[in-house]
Amino acid sequence: MNNVFIYCETEAGRPAEVSLEILTKGRHLAHQIKAKLEVIVLGHKLKGIEDELFAYGADIVHLGDHKHLAPYLTLPHAAVVAGIFAREKPRIGLFGATAIGRDLAPRVSSRLNCGLTADCTELVIGDHYDKKQKKTYQDLLLQRRPAFGGNIIATIVTPDTLPQLATVREGVMKKEKCTRVKKGKVVNIKVDDFVDREALAVSIIERHIEKKEVNLKNANIIVAGGYGMGSKEDFNLLYELAEVLGGDVGASRAAVDAGFEIHDRQIGQTGLTVRPKLYIACGISGQIQHTAGMDKSAMVIAINNDPHAPINKLADYVITGDVARVIPKMIKYYKEHTK
Amino acid sequence: MAKQVPDTRNVGKDAMKANGTVNRAALPAIFNPEDLLALEQALRLKDRHEGSQVTVVTMGPVRAANILRDALFRGADKGVLITDKKFAGSDTLATSYVLSRALQKLAPFDIILCGRQAIDGDTAQVGPQVAEKLKIPQITYVEEILAVSKQKITARRRMGNGMETLQGKLPLLLTVHGAAPACRTRNARRLMKYKHACTPSEMSHQREDYIRMHEHRHYLDLTEWNVNDLQAEEAYLGLYGSPTKVNAVTNIVFTARESKVLAPTDEAINALMAELVEHHTVG
Repeated sequence: MNNVFIYCETEAGRPAEVSLEILTKGRHLAHQIKAKLEVIVLGHKLKGIEDELFAYGADIVHLGDHKHLAPYLTLPHAAVVAGIFAREKPRIGLFGATAIGRDLAPRVSSRLNCGLTADCTELVIGDHYDKKQKKTYQDLLLQRRPAFGGNIIATIVTPDTLPQLATVREGVMKKEKCTRVKKGKVVNIKVDDFVDREALAVSIIERHIEKKEVNLKNANIIVAGGYGMGSKEDFNLLYELAEVLGGDVGASRAAVDAGFEIHDRQIGQTGLTVRPKLYIACGISGQIQHTAGMDKSAMVIAINNDPHAPINKLADYVITGDVARVIPKMIKYYKEHTK
Repeated sequence: MAKQVPDTRNVGKDAMKANGTVNRAALPAIFNPEDLLALEQALRLKDRHEGSQVTVVTMGPVRAANILRDALFRGADKGVLITDKKFAGSDTLATSYVLSRALQKLAPFDIILCGRQAIDGDTAQVGPQVAEKLKIPQITYVEEILAVSKQKITARRRMGNGMETLQGKLPLLLTVHGAAPACRTRNARRLMKYKHACTPSEMSHQREDYIRMHEHRHYLDLTEWNVNDLQAEEAYLGLYGSPTKVNAVTNIVFTARESKVLAPTDEAINALMAELVEHHTVG
């Protein structure tokens, strides 16, 4: 009762990155409201997965290991998660804002008739004052998310129903192992109690998993291009700089929409959130849509023709000039002065 | 299912009022882009399967009837507007309740389509929430419908790390991903035929001769339902029926860092690179 629950996604039998990020956050939230951290992990052949979850602070791991649970399908997973929530009555339930989490969480919220906030970028415990009822709710989950195309940040609360459900954006929370790991408890889920024949109405015929070639999230240096780059060919220059510096290439939504880059490299509101050591923004104006995904970069260099581009406000260095002339200079200097 | 949304993709300088709230009037109201892609999928099914009918349902203020007309111009057969002041302030759960009531009233149906998400909220919640309320399966993020038979549908969907082909039993709900093919354009003949289509509330503002013209052309009638028509329980509606509440809204303001402005000269760029190397930011 009243604990913090995390739905853990798996990749090849191991917890997904995003789930470990949320576990870390969930651990801090649970500590604050003096609750336990419980994890639901569903799949097939998950032997040993609990140890990694304990390392990130799970007190209890609900383990569903069954052939109907892998690969992921909406109905069996929704049946198990909603079933466990109905039994255990969590105070908070968190999912990754991934393809899976965004498919599953609304289904669970609709079944249990409880509130769900999508794509949170920040979660804190705090109070909420309801003006109409003149009532203060204490220790609610304050769920912050960008809304309205990223132009505002809304703080959402779920005062009257439990659990308070949220999906959490990938790459925004930091994952961190516990300093002192203690072994928690494993509860084996009796999957057949939850998954009936109707839950098997959809089946997978074919799966084509693409190897994630783009791994921008882990890049220390990102060279990103915007609509101002002008063309797909002009992105070659960015690749050249990225290669020399040992970084990778990203793009703004405008550049992706214009066909200069593939969607996997899109940074911002509807793409990836990154926090590299160095972010070089080339020909990017800096709409909130984009900056929401990169404003936590340790250092930002903006190269842009427009001296008034919004990106300049959050850049540490602004080079007002033509990208096609500035980047070759950077490459040249770097090649000559490092080995 | 479709939604009329403010065009948040083209937010101009006047999109924010001086007091920091969103100036909705400055944003044009459009057919939610992914819902248009869902409409295209529906129209393709209609092309392939003779005798099928496409009905577009939207919930919103009376002016949302604009997207119903737009759908008729592009090939839809019927439009249903769900509108009531009591729906104001609905979150995704309350919205899905109302939509599911409307769909129950429209039953039987084989396939429900909607966009993955709307550009004003980006939640992607309403589709799956409606499917759950109707107790039907869902396939989200669909790019292409491969086959439909009497009992089954096969569709290809885009997951975070690749593609999946799923098969499910009908009736079923699909949400359509932004990578699906664009919607066909408005058909000139249909535009002429349906441009005067309207809902009863819109009609009530019209002159008598206009109303008379409608009497003989029932194809111009858009359906309009309110709370009573849907026999919806008020406890699940609007602000009151929405479990999530807004605690605060803040405008995004750039926190200005102290930025150094450099000229694009060799000296300035070399100095910058030297500094980056020295501080091990690069290298």
